[in-house]
Amino acid sequence: MKNVWAIYRKEMGHYFVSPIAYVFIGLFLILTAFFFNFFLTAVIQQSLSAEMEGMRYGMSQNIDVPSEVMRAFFGLLSTLVLFITPILTMGVYSEERKRGTMELLMTSPITETDIVLGKFFASFSLFALMLLPTLSYLVFMYLRSDPMPPWRVLFAGYLGILLLGASLTALGTFISSLTENQIIAAVLTFAAFLLVWVLDIGRNASGGVASVLTYLSVIRHYEDFTRGTIDTSSLVYYASFIFLFVFLTVRSVDSMRWRRA
Amino acid sequence: MIEVQDLTKAYGSVTAVDHVSFTVNKGEILGFLGPNGAGKTTTMRILTGFMPATSGTARIGGFDVFNDSLEVRRHIGYLPETPPVYPDMTVESYLAFVTRIKNVPAEKRATLISDALQKTSITDKRHELIKRLSRGYKQRVGIAQALVHDPDVIILDEPTVGLDPKQIIEVRNLIKGLAGTHTIILSTHILPEVSMTCDRVVIINKGRIVAVDTPQNLTSQLKGGQRIRLEVGAPEAALREAVAQVAGARRVEIESARSDGHLAVNIEAAPGTDIRSNLAAKIVEKGWPLFELRGVSLSLEDIFLQLTTSDASHAQSTN
Repeated sequence: MKNVWAIYRKEMGHYFVSPIAYVFIGLFLILTAFFFNFFLTAVIQQSLSAEMEGMRYGMSQNIDVPSEVMRAFFGLLSTLVLFITPILTMGVYSEERKRGTMELLMTSPITETDIVLGKFFASFSLFALMLLPTLSYLVFMYLRSDPMPPWRVLFAGYLGILLLGASLTALGTFISSLTENQIIAAVLTFAAFLLVWVLDIGRNASGGVASVLTYLSVIRHYEDFTRGTIDTSSLVYYASFIFLFVFLTVRSVDSMRWRRA
Repeated sequence: MIEVQDLTKAYGSVTAVDHVSFTVNKGEILGFLGPNGAGKTTTMRILTGFMPATSGTARIGGFDVFNDSLEVRRHIGYLPETPPVYPDMTVESYLAFVTRIKNVPAEKRATLISDALQKTSITDKRHELIKRLSRGYKQRVGIAQALVHDPDVIILDEPTVGLDPKQIIEVRNLIKGLAGTHTIILSTHILPEVSMTCDRVVIINKGRIVAVDTPQNLTSQLKGGQRIRLEVGAPEAALREAVAQVAGARRVEIESARSDGHLAVNIEAAPGTDIRSNLAAKIVEKGWPLFELRGVSLSLEDIFLQLTTSDASHAQSTN
């Protein structure tokens, strides 16, 4: 555990001593703030015109503004995660291999699991830190809404995006451990993300294969969370996804000893 | 302290290390000498547990480098070919990280770090970012990293690369100072380094050990014969003929024929014979003016070249 902590601290130091963390967090906040503002104004306008139409034709048609905004906003978050995570994880192992520092780690009295867990938690922490300030947008909206939407929806949504991010971080760091080249790592990671993303392409089709593929899609489970439902099967899905790729990364780091030719 | 038995490493069809065996005693400095690509780095990487051997065993302090890898890694400090430094860290925070992953107790870290900084004379650079340091300083940070946790065994892959002559002397003195309490293996392709720092030398070429001995023994014994340097005013053909008549003289090699008629000649004598007096008598008999006559012992450089190129020249002569 102490070793995991040592690696974790080193990784976090790397993020925050170099401009990496600041660039990521800054850029992410600018984008999310812009879109949040955009969604909020758009939905409010939509709701106003719907109200006016309701008055004119005598049919009242209410739009639940906070829910609409949150649906759009969580959708945006997942899309941004799709683009940002590959860049976040591409260097985790490939940079270390290229610099030769992997040789230091692998000849120190720490296990592969220590290295992998330390690095995984660090990447995930950076992701969580990037996400955290966006919570303030929604809390602000909650406090100004009447009636206030249930906090459960907000909680479930953030739990969902954290789990999605953790899953993609696990997958991304695994791919980074396969190559010495950061660009290749980023491109492969992006391709892999798209693949696990679009697995639910057959969601409207029926049949065994389609339903299995839909279950395996990372985005399908995320949508459950954004609707405010915390489904055990989704929790199990993400937990298994994370465990699988962290485990594969341990195996991959271990195999570096053997495949150096 | 270190026992290596029949160590072999093959990369596909290429055998980088071929049945290498040697031992290193506690407190000894062993030099690993060989041309580039001889298998020095591979051997060191196996010893440090960075990569497994194809066959054979290696034990450090009684622990197998593969089966008890973690235990072995607790007892070694290792400087790889390129210093394994993080450019974004300061020297001090980097060494602090290294002590943490080497399981040094928290209360000992500060003293060990300042010791290591002092030994490698980088104390004044400790707050600098490593990426701002020159090649020589990075190398010294690498050395500091290998000894910061005060390991029993220190393995250094070309420790003096990238250093200037003054720093090289400092590092050699540092290594000599570590001997006795630490067991050290260092690799190099620079010959004087071995004769200056090491207690014993392993000469390795194309993955095989070609000689193991002390630098002194290698210099004096390996080549049994003596070499004689002669400067004489004589015609070349006549000299060759005259030398051939001296018992024990083997190979005559005219180094240079100067415009004033002097010949600089190297003569190899058969092992165990001293031909100097006979040679002098022969030259006096012929009435040639003698300018120089002295015995030359083979330098480590000659031995090294002889050992590492003999295969190639042998192959050529049989073709």
